[in-house]
Amino acid sequence: MKNNTILRTERLHAHYILDVYGKAKVIKAVNDVDLAIQEDEIYGIAGESGCGKSTLLKALAAAVEPPLRIISGRVTYRIAGAEVDVSTLTQEEKRKLRMEYIAYVPQGSMSVLNPVSRIRDTYRDFIESHISVHQKGEAFALAKEHLTELGLPVKILDAYPHQLSGGMRQRVTIALATLLKPRIIIGDEPTTALDVVVQRGVVQLLKDVQAKLKNTIVLVTHDMGVHANIADRIGIMYAGKIVEEAPTEKIFSAPTHPYTHYLINSLPKFGDKSPRESVPGSPPSLANLPTGCPFHPRCPHVMDICKQEMPGYTQVASNHKVACWLVGEGTHGKAA
Amino acid sequence: MKLFRDLLRDYRFAFAFGVLCILVAFALLSFFSPYDPSRWGQVPRDLRPSAQHWLGTDSNGQDIFWTATFAVRNSLIIAVIAGVVSRIIAVIVGMVAGYKGGTWDRVLMFFSDSLLVIPLFLIIVMMAMLIRASLNLVTLGLLLAFFGWAWDARLIRSQILSLREREFTQTAILSGASTFKLVINEYMPYTTPLIFSTLINNMAWAIGLEITLAILGLLDLATPTLGTMLYWAINYQAILLGRWWWVMTPITLSVALFIALYWLSVSISEYLDPRTRVQRVGAG
Amino acid sequence: MFLKRYLIPRLIQYVLVIVLGITAVFFIPRLLPNDPVLRTIAEMRARGAYLEPGAMDKIISDLQQMYGLEGSLWDQYLAFWGRLFRGDLGVSFFQFPTPVIDLIMTALPWTAGLLLTTTILGWVIGNLIGGFAGYYSNKQWSRVLDAIAMVVRPLPYYIFAFALLLIFAYYLRWFPISGGARLGMRPSWSWPFIQSVLWHSFLPAMSILILSAAVWFQTMKLVVQNVNAESFVTYAKLSGVKEGRIVSRYVIRNALLPQITGLGLSLGLIFSGALITEIVYSYPGLGTLLYNAIINGDYNLIMGITVFSILAITTSVLIVDLIYPLFDPRIRYM
Repeated sequence: MKNNTILRTERLHAHYILDVYGKAKVIKAVNDVDLAIQEDEIYGIAGESGCGKSTLLKALAAAVEPPLRIISGRVTYRIAGAEVDVSTLTQEEKRKLRMEYIAYVPQGSMSVLNPVSRIRDTYRDFIESHISVHQKGEAFALAKEHLTELGLPVKILDAYPHQLSGGMRQRVTIALATLLKPRIIIGDEPTTALDVVVQRGVVQLLKDVQAKLKNTIVLVTHDMGVHANIADRIGIMYAGKIVEEAPTEKIFSAPTHPYTHYLINSLPKFGDKSPRESVPGSPPSLANLPTGCPFHPRCPHVMDICKQEMPGYTQVASNHKVACWLVGEGTHGKAA
Repeated sequence: MKLFRDLLRDYRFAFAFGVLCILVAFALLSFFSPYDPSRWGQVPRDLRPSAQHWLGTDSNGQDIFWTATFAVRNSLIIAVIAGVVSRIIAVIVGMVAGYKGGTWDRVLMFFSDSLLVIPLFLIIVMMAMLIRASLNLVTLGLLLAFFGWAWDARLIRSQILSLREREFTQTAILSGASTFKLVINEYMPYTTPLIFSTLINNMAWAIGLEITLAILGLLDLATPTLGTMLYWAINYQAILLGRWWWVMTPITLSVALFIALYWLSVSISEYLDPRTRVQRVGAG
Repeated sequence: MFLKRYLIPRLIQYVLVIVLGITAVFFIPRLLPNDPVLRTIAEMRARGAYLEPGAMDKIISDLQQMYGLEGSLWDQYLAFWGRLFRGDLGVSFFQFPTPVIDLIMTALPWTAGLLLTTTILGWVIGNLIGGFAGYYSNKQWSRVLDAIAMVVRPLPYYIFAFALLLIFAYYLRWFPISGGARLGMRPSWSWPFIQSVLWHSFLPAMSILILSAAVWFQTMKLVVQNVNAESFVTYAKLSGVKEGRIVSRYVIRNALLPQITGLGLSLGLIFSGALITEIVYSYPGLGTLLYNAIINGDYNLIMGITVFSILAITTSVLIVDLIYPLFDPRIRYM
């Protein structure tokens, strides 16, 4: 079988190690995560806020800086057919890979673009850091061409970020991320903080970009509606672990982990007037995880074993794995 | 108490707290002084430090060690009066401006902004000149308090503004709590740490201004304070005449005091909000 | 929008603060129980001046005229403003009949040369070092600088000035203990005179420079650390923008914004703590002028210096406010 995995993590543990007045405090944000993300795939990572998904994203983007540390495991990219462990790259090698190989789309908040620069200058900073520009105005011409290609108005180049709407700022970030046709795009809640209509436009833009570039998008958001709309496969994250992973359709039609059930049931359904069920309780503190399965304090089906041991993955279908004692004890570790 | 234990792990807080305790103990020694601080010529003049006079004597014929205990005590008294009274003004102004909003807010903030821009130091000098005769520890403390609240009223106001947006304000208003009760029960617990950290800053500011006014000869020079000690040392050209012990004593004490107060306030405000330290530009 | 929401409120505030400040200067001596005329006479006597009993009434009325104490309070107030608009701050009492404004203008170049230069230089140096220290806050040198600033920062100007004076002028004798230039030298643009001025002002300049740089260093370091955590910096880093560009165009430029506002206020602080530095070094500027005015009880001169400083501070704050939009497009295109 041809290896199509472009982005892989192997038993990845990433923790924040903080020094709080002389006492070390460890926040276990990513615990034992195995991902194998394919080329030409949109992979969604879902979970409540504070489940470690943003940290996982940092690890995927090779942007681990103290106090965050990779405790064990590794992240690999497949660049030109060869698997590369990102921890072996130098700072400058990593810098060059950004935008050209792996691009990042942040949440389009008020402060995502440099507030004192026109969009044009942001474009120039981004372009000139990667392409050697010989002529004045070359970067500007490139930016114009690119915006037209994506169907965005060229006049926004003269605007300052605070003059743009939230949706437009988000589109600008997507446009910037796709500028150098990267193989991987990582999106960190790119639709959050936008209203529903604008959200749909942004999701459509991402889909269009992916269809054109045939690349990989890793999308982190807590919004299951967005995942349903865009993702090919979804990993459900809870307390720093992927607790269930399956193609989108299976996640929604046959959710297996009780937590996934809750996430899906909290979505409004057309014509259904029964009150929405939200997950009882609140997510555990990553600094102080419960023993066993971290979901057990909130789980309606909790058993004795859940409180003592973390279950391994069980393959419920060929590409559907879940970590839950209800399904089986599983084989801990690598998913096929 | 947990707060205090956490803070003590910060070396700056531990150091500053220790220094401050020593200085307070030093000030308390003044109650056992064998000399009357207001009388001159009680000991031989200009003696170097010795077993009998630990820090030497000055040209007024006072024992420097015992005078210094009074000086620290009096400077602290001025600072506490100025700090506490100006805190009361700052809290009232900040809370009224933040809670009432509208015209109240605009007028009060105009006054506090003006106080930040107007050269307070010169205004205080003018006032001190006119009431020099009746300027004692209490009136000086009150004079400083009257001018030292503006910046902190602003800080308290902005905190009230953010608290007002919170849920419990709405709940309390809807359940019919009186404004007074709301402020005391709901807002005070949140603003107390801020008030405390601004108190420390304000005390440092008051001591700095006290020393400045004394150097200018505007205080009652017979009352020993850190400022008046320096005044006499300068007045008698202690530096030129090589009487280093006379200059060094008030300088060392005030350096220790300023650093201790500053570190205390920095470590407390960093503990409260790691992102923003309360900044006050300059100390005197 | 910019005019209505930014410019006009600031101009109104500017005028109101001046009116409020000068009104305070006018009323303080009149509302306090002491009569400045009687106090002045008492001080003249205390200094051993013989005052002929017959001439007393004349002296009192002269003094009243000098202090602008004739007529009702309202008349006095209007007359006060009237003279102010003509640039008349009254005459100095102890250097009679030199106008106060002349004394201020003689001292001003010294103060401007020393305090204005060092305040601005301190701002530049402090922000520059603080900017880099904030960006590289994990580095060893950044922590060492931070520790130094933690010790220097809380010290008042004159305490620090004293410390430098003791070490460099008294103990090491590298620099003169006092004065603005060598005694007996006439002010001119000749090299020996300039050299002498620079040599004399080195210690006072250093004491202000180091202290104000320490203040700006600390605030800038903190602001930079906060800007560094902003999402536009993270975004630029994750997009592989070159580090030099991130530091200069993203971090420093944004971090400077609050510092620019701060500069206006700190120019105002010249008239508080920093003036005392002049007294410590007997440097012939406004601080020493103020000191002599206090010693001599020259109330007109003190009022004059205060009025002058109110105008100088509010104007410098206004100028900084007017310049600010050039650096912040969010204000320019509201």
